[in-house]
Amino acid sequence: MSERIYIFKRFERFWHWTQALLIIAMLITGFEIHGSWQLVGFERATSAHAVLAWALIVLWLFAIFWHFTTGEWRQYLPTLKNVDAMFRYYVLGIFTGMPHPFRATQLKKHNPLQRLAYLLVKLAIHPLLWLSGLALLYYPLWRDAAAAPPLATVALLHTLGAFMMLVFLIAHVYLATTGHTPLAHIKAMLTGWEEVE
Amino acid sequence: MNPTRGLAGLLLVLALAGQAIGAPALAKTAGSTADHGRFKELQGPFASGEEVTAACLRCHTEAARQVMATRHWTWDYVNPVTGQRLGKKTMLNSFCIADRSNEAFCNACHVGYGWKDDSFDFTSERNVDCLACHNTGAYAKIPGLAGHPPYVRMEYPPKSGQFVEAVDLAAVAARVGPSSRATCGACHFYGGGGDGVKHGDLDSSLVQPPRALDVHMAAEGANFTCATCHQTEGHRVAGSRVAPTSADPHGPLVRGARSGRNPATCQACHGERPHAEGPGAGLAGSIGSGSRRNDHASTLACQGCHIPAFARGGVPTKMAWDWSTAGTLDSAGKPFVRRDARGHVVFDSKKGDFVLGENVVPDYIWFDGRVEYTLVADRIDPAAIVPINRFGGNRRDPAARIWPVKRFRGKQPYDLEYLTLLVPHTAIPDDTALWFNFDWDKALKAGTAAAGQPFSGKYGFVATEMLWPITHMVAPKEDALACAACHARAGRLRNVAGVYLPGRDAAAWLDRAGFGLAALALLGVFGHGALRLLTRGRRKEEKR
Repeated sequence: MSERIYIFKRFERFWHWTQALLIIAMLITGFEIHGSWQLVGFERATSAHAVLAWALIVLWLFAIFWHFTTGEWRQYLPTLKNVDAMFRYYVLGIFTGMPHPFRATQLKKHNPLQRLAYLLVKLAIHPLLWLSGLALLYYPLWRDAAAAPPLATVALLHTLGAFMMLVFLIAHVYLATTGHTPLAHIKAMLTGWEEVE
Repeated sequence: MNPTRGLAGLLLVLALAGQAIGAPALAKTAGSTADHGRFKELQGPFASGEEVTAACLRCHTEAARQVMATRHWTWDYVNPVTGQRLGKKTMLNSFCIADRSNEAFCNACHVGYGWKDDSFDFTSERNVDCLACHNTGAYAKIPGLAGHPPYVRMEYPPKSGQFVEAVDLAAVAARVGPSSRATCGACHFYGGGGDGVKHGDLDSSLVQPPRALDVHMAAEGANFTCATCHQTEGHRVAGSRVAPTSADPHGPLVRGARSGRNPATCQACHGERPHAEGPGAGLAGSIGSGSRRNDHASTLACQGCHIPAFARGGVPTKMAWDWSTAGTLDSAGKPFVRRDARGHVVFDSKKGDFVLGENVVPDYIWFDGRVEYTLVADRIDPAAIVPINRFGGNRRDPAARIWPVKRFRGKQPYDLEYLTLLVPHTAIPDDTALWFNFDWDKALKAGTAAAGQPFSGKYGFVATEMLWPITHMVAPKEDALACAACHARAGRLRNVAGVYLPGRDAAAWLDRAGFGLAALALLGVFGHGALRLLTRGRRKEEKR
């Protein structure tokens, strides 16, 4: 028997998909600036990257406001409880037809692994990218400061963040297909409604 | 090809440079309040240049003294930064090497009459040549005449079968005017013995340049003369390659304002942030491309992007000159020249081998304006490439910018015992000059003696290098370099140290680790997905 519960609110969905688009576009343009490939040209990539960065910052300001006013920030409180069960499921159970150990509710949208992963994104990857990215954007303002770190170091941190984001994206997109049907999670993220067994 | 005729051709080009491009309109239309053609003093007849000068000085009483205070006259200069005594009189280069002993030839480009040796009177106002800079055509000084124009029709060079006409001094004097691209260019375009040889960014194509070649001097555009930027006061001309201004981090100069700044810099007119800033500039970081370009001004010279290549006007510049093969004669014992497919000389028994370049992409180096020269008394290390000049500067130096330069390679005589570069006697028709005797021993003996330089009699040829800042031939903005010209793995700044350049620089280990990890993640999810597909049937069975 399955029932439908409303998990992802309208703003949350808007935030998620806009952020997804922005991050993918920033990965594409960012690695072009980095010299990894040539798609739109260095100049356009650079301009686009800066505009996308500001768009993402504005989006995040709204998202932070939303998380605190709705209390949704609690969704990311970490727990190690049942993390082992999640691991076992992904490594074994998913192949043998074991039931999913996590059941989403409106109070707990994310499984324990998701909580940890998203917390890592929010507390490590995003701040790393943002701080180093803003430093790069404002480089002319601090370049002559006495204690200025080498530009290469800032660029290295930014690139490190970008690679972490890239790996997260790959894993995240794949794990989105591990619902009770491959498209279940994705549908939920689009419509807000998740079917739970 | 008869080598004498080759030389004659070259000299004629030199001699006719001013005439061919005569701009008779200038004298009447320059907004001058005086028509010099109506002055009795200038009616002539004049027997010599000095007589013209005397006539000029009757009204322009201070002019000669002003000129005599400048390097155009003294060819002698002490660089206040390095303390080195410089000036054409004593400096060395890797083109014609040195002026000493060759004065009657080289000093066709001295702004005076009669400098053929040490006896020249630098204090005589009559010796100043007003017409060299103020003619509006039909005036040319010919190498060999010690700064004089030809006063009689003469076969030139001797026995060449070619003739140059006598200059009509009264006609030239009647039409004097301000300096022009042609008058400045008559010398500055032909340095090193021919059109475009030395600088790379100065040659005869700039007399009437199209817009694509030089956006400021374009005849159908802004039509700047040299003096528009090299603003002259009391005959002192601003700007110098011997002591250049590497950085000018200021706004544009206000017209009429007094400042100690060099008015010939780009910033003197354009300021330090010349690109339209775009939306949110500053507050939003470098979000607009204009503001991002402006932020480059503390690192790059404007010339870096705005002169994408030099020698763009169809006149090749010399990129290398090997004197060691000079003196080589043909099987009949006669001097000869060799030309490339386009008719440009690439070997001459008098001068050796040349490498020519057109549309040359510059080299880029840090440059803080400090130039040090290797002078005749300086010991060299013949095991390495000897720098004729060294450009100072690095990333940390606030006056340093990344500059485009012409990197010229030479091979020239040096003393095997004293380890100094040697001054050869080359250009005067006598018993010792290289070009007339093809004998290095005699030429070096005579040259070093004139230069007051010790010479052991033993000489070899050493590889040398000379840098020339590139600053002319500014292209229209649509032809300026795009970002990726430098922001690329093998871009133009590939050899410039001290800066992190996005697109050029990356930590290889991080790229390998990062993309490696991403590849592993992809492999992992595809493997996991494949396993899920394979085990799908089994799960369905179990559910039943």
